[in-house]
Amino acid sequence: MTIQEIQQEIVEEFSMFDDWMQRYEYMIELGKSLPLIEDEYKTDDNLIKGCQSKVWVHASLEGDKIAFTADSDAIITKGIIAILIRAFSNQKPKDIIEANTDFIDEIGLKEHLSPTRANGLVSMIKQLKMYAIAYQTQLN
Amino acid sequence: MIAIENIRKEFPILNRTVNGKPLVYFDNAATSQTPQPVIDAIVDYYQNYNANIHRGVHTLSQEATDKYEEARIKIQKHFNAANSYEIIFTSGTTDSINLVANGFTSLLNEGNEIIVSALEHHSNIVPWQMLCERTGALLKVIPMTQEGVLDMEAYKSLLSDKTKLVFCNHVSNALGTINPIKDIITLAHGVNAAVLIDGAQAAPHIKADVQALDVDFYVASAHKMCGPTGQGMLYGKETWLKKLPPYQGGGEMIAEVTFEKTTYADLPHKFEAGTPNICGGIAFGAAIDYMNNIGFDVIAAYEHELLEYATEKLLAIEGLRIYGPKDTTQKAAVISFNIEGIHPYDMGVILDKLGIAVRTGHHCAQPIMNFFCIPGTVRASFAFYNTKEEIDILVAGVERAANMLR
Ligand SMILES: Cc1ncc(COP(=O)(O)O)c(C=O)c1O
Repeated sequence: MTIQEIQQEIVEEFSMFDDWMQRYEYMIELGKSLPLIEDEYKTDDNLIKGCQSKVWVHASLEGDKIAFTADSDAIITKGIIAILIRAFSNQKPKDIIEANTDFIDEIGLKEHLSPTRANGLVSMIKQLKMYAIAYQTQLN
Repeated sequence: MIAIENIRKEFPILNRTVNGKPLVYFDNAATSQTPQPVIDAIVDYYQNYNANIHRGVHTLSQEATDKYEEARIKIQKHFNAANSYEIIFTSGTTDSINLVANGFTSLLNEGNEIIVSALEHHSNIVPWQMLCERTGALLKVIPMTQEGVLDMEAYKSLLSDKTKLVFCNHVSNALGTINPIKDIITLAHGVNAAVLIDGAQAAPHIKADVQALDVDFYVASAHKMCGPTGQGMLYGKETWLKKLPPYQGGGEMIAEVTFEKTTYADLPHKFEAGTPNICGGIAFGAAIDYMNNIGFDVIAAYEHELLEYATEKLLAIEGLRIYGPKDTTQKAAVISFNIEGIHPYDMGVILDKLGIAVRTGHHCAQPIMNFFCIPGTVRASFAFYNTKEEIDILVAGVERAANMLR
């Protein structure tokens, strides 16, 4: 599936819920099922300091696609990471570079991606794109 | 008895909703809310006598100057300073501390020691570290116990004839601990060290008497005591304020300027360069009047009731731990807590969804969080306009969030 298709799928899943509690509960469930980053990659180099919560991201190139794994010490942050990773992992660098995160607004979680939230997510998205740019040049 | 219903009516913001729920505001230690009389003072200034002070001969300038200086006297009386010129208007606690720390640059030498407590806000750590870098003085730390109380025996052993300055907060923002500042001051004076007390968290709850304390510097922010943001005060003993060089140069702080030499104005103007936050100073005075009209005894008694009620209810929640002194008489109305296995950030996000404002994180006191080996806490801090019903909403919210997050 393309990034857009996955994002659409996520939007549809979230549209089943009619209040924030259910959306958050689902997001927390997704966070709990997030494939964890291997401990060896949970290093300071892979750490994004978000002031309130910490985020770790690791990327590796598999064929012509990038696989991301990530983790956070806060479960809500982790839930959003799970959603982002689902959309962006196992995709081609070029598609990752071009993709946006507007679907997060559509599922009612926009506030978590506010640059003033200090939870590390905005930096994490930047980081995903940086990895994509780096691997793209490597592939060329 | 506090007339809580009448008081709440004076705070317009308490009527608003957040995420569809009535606002429950428990982040008072970060910034308190503003009552109508203070809002009125701000509006009155801009509507009726907005003008620059201390310079114009025209009526508006004179009116603004009079009101600004009246505010200084209100603050002087409130803190029982001997002279109104010992009250310096600043932009806040942080600014006040930086003013003093800068002033000490020329008064310290290599090998001198200055002492900080383990319970400080970054505002009362970083300016002193910078002072140490400039002068070669050494920073020593008074340790605290597992209950978040300062170890006074350790403090005594840190004091020596090398000690020049001691600085400590009156009340800790992260844990709520009320520190034994009278003892801290007396002991420091025993070795001729000056003492600065950061009263940012105490000022909303406790009326400090700077003469009875015999403190050398006492600092506070208006926005934590029903006043506006960007406004604060520094009390300094006359002898110290005369000894310290000016902080910033500019207009207002001079007696005479030529290109060869400038002489500085007398206190307090020596430390008040440029056009100040005139409206802020006046509104600060209005805030102090407002709180004194209710009465600090009444405020303290009621807040203590809220603190005890909330402590008991919160401790009944499984896995909840409160950081700081167990004895609530040793605390201001602040509860810093975590629930086992739950990140404070997650708790804060869910509580916000329920309309409850708390602070989460390290509260600008990372050394304290490192001490307890935690990323932060959830902090609920109460003011005299809060109610037990709101605490019930908080407790129910914490339980609900815990069920979602565990
Ligand atoms: C104990 C303490 N000191 C200093 C400050 C800094 O105050 P301001 O930001 O108003 O300068 C605060 C504010 O949170 C505080 O709680």
